[in-house]
Amino acid sequence: MGNNTVDVTDATFDADVLKSGKTVVVDFWATWCGPCKMVAPVLDEIAGEHKEKLTVAKLDIDANPETARNFQVMSIPTMIVFQDGKPVKQIVGAKPKAALLSDLADYIG
Amino acid sequence: MSVPEIVLSSMERDREDGVSVTTDEVRELIIIGSGPAGYTAAVYAARAQLKPLVFEGTQFGGALMTTTEVENYPGFTDGIMGPELMEQMRGQATRFGAELRAEDVEEVSLEGPVKTVLANGVTYRARAVILAMGAAARYLNVPGEQTLLGRGVSSCATCDGFFFREHDIAVIGGGDSAMEEATFLTKFAQTVTIVHRRDEFRASRIMLERAQNDPKIRWVTNADVTEVLGEGSVTGLRLRDTKTGEERTLDVTAMFVAIGHDPRSGLVKGQVELDDAGYVRVQSPSTHTGIDGVFACGDLVDHTYRQAITAAGSGCSAAIDAERWLAEGPVDAELAGGGYGSGAEQTAEPVTA
Repeated sequence: MGNNTVDVTDATFDADVLKSGKTVVVDFWATWCGPCKMVAPVLDEIAGEHKEKLTVAKLDIDANPETARNFQVMSIPTMIVFQDGKPVKQIVGAKPKAALLSDLADYIG
Repeated sequence: MSVPEIVLSSMERDREDGVSVTTDEVRELIIIGSGPAGYTAAVYAARAQLKPLVFEGTQFGGALMTTTEVENYPGFTDGIMGPELMEQMRGQATRFGAELRAEDVEEVSLEGPVKTVLANGVTYRARAVILAMGAAARYLNVPGEQTLLGRGVSSCATCDGFFFREHDIAVIGGGDSAMEEATFLTKFAQTVTIVHRRDEFRASRIMLERAQNDPKIRWVTNADVTEVLGEGSVTGLRLRDTKTGEERTLDVTAMFVAIGHDPRSGLVKGQVELDDAGYVRVQSPSTHTGIDGVFACGDLVDHTYRQAITAAGSGCSAAIDAERWLAEGPVDAELAGGGYGSGAEQTAEPVTA
């Protein structure tokens, strides 16, 4: 698990997400969050299947509170889609793959 | 297991084309649900060589995935984290050959010798089905609640408490889960106000006393939440006194809802018998529903105990009931000679929707 996603931090967020040439889905998660564990393998699959369209990045909010605060994350898992340095969509809560794919349809179509 | 994977990827293609698929194979057993009941049923059924297919759904792991320390599950002297316990059960089911799918079941047809289960565009067939969908957290259904979900409204203290360090927040409810969440949230919050519509509590004495002894916890009783206030994020709750009708605003930045659960029986409504509260009726002490070959267990049937251990216990009963029923039940002519061979396993035929 986790082979298809990249880890980002407060320090690398600007370079790896905001200045990325690709669409980046950032998964805000934490080790103590059960629903984050549910959604992690699904995100990994999506990352593997759509790697030409988007990057899935994981941000541990415990270790990187600043980014979570900057984007007003108040619930995890939260997934925010970034394009050209801006958040364009926010998905809150663990969902099945079909629902996530439909939420992300605009970015993987 | 390369063959099933190839077939499944072709299913995936078919689905994207909007074509539905029915599997040829008729399995012995499908289990719907993945809490302690579903996984325990899976462990027992898999050990009994029934090769169960388990639909884990969105909420894999069930209600325990949103808890922290489970102190009363036997076998763990020092307690165990809820998600960890569920990962262990899941691994145990896999070890004996249960096949797990992280998909939500959309439709079932439970009458007759072959039951069907539709998930993500694919129809699966089985002789027996165990229902273990559990119960879903109940919300208040007041204005503002759903629009502010994830923006201060939460039903998962362990997930979201972190974001309210040094904030004033509220927990709604008067049962054990409300007390547990409130106590847990004091680790982060400046104050936690428990809002309860009565002045008596359903919570057990130990949980209530733990909360009552906590200096960070405040109490508002005989109050209903009538609205969640805030734009973009929660800024307060509108409360109405249930005795005087007087309204006031409670300034909080988060509302954790812990007012109980409703059985997830919508999927089988109209097919199996439900009680007034929506729980599936079983022929207690067995787990047989009114339909041959259909069994139910866990929080889906239990409005009395609702513990991880009782759910696991009833999951075990359901697997044993299903195993015996399958062993005794006549094999329908339609099923004899087809569907069991390894060659037939997991094959799929596209069927135009």
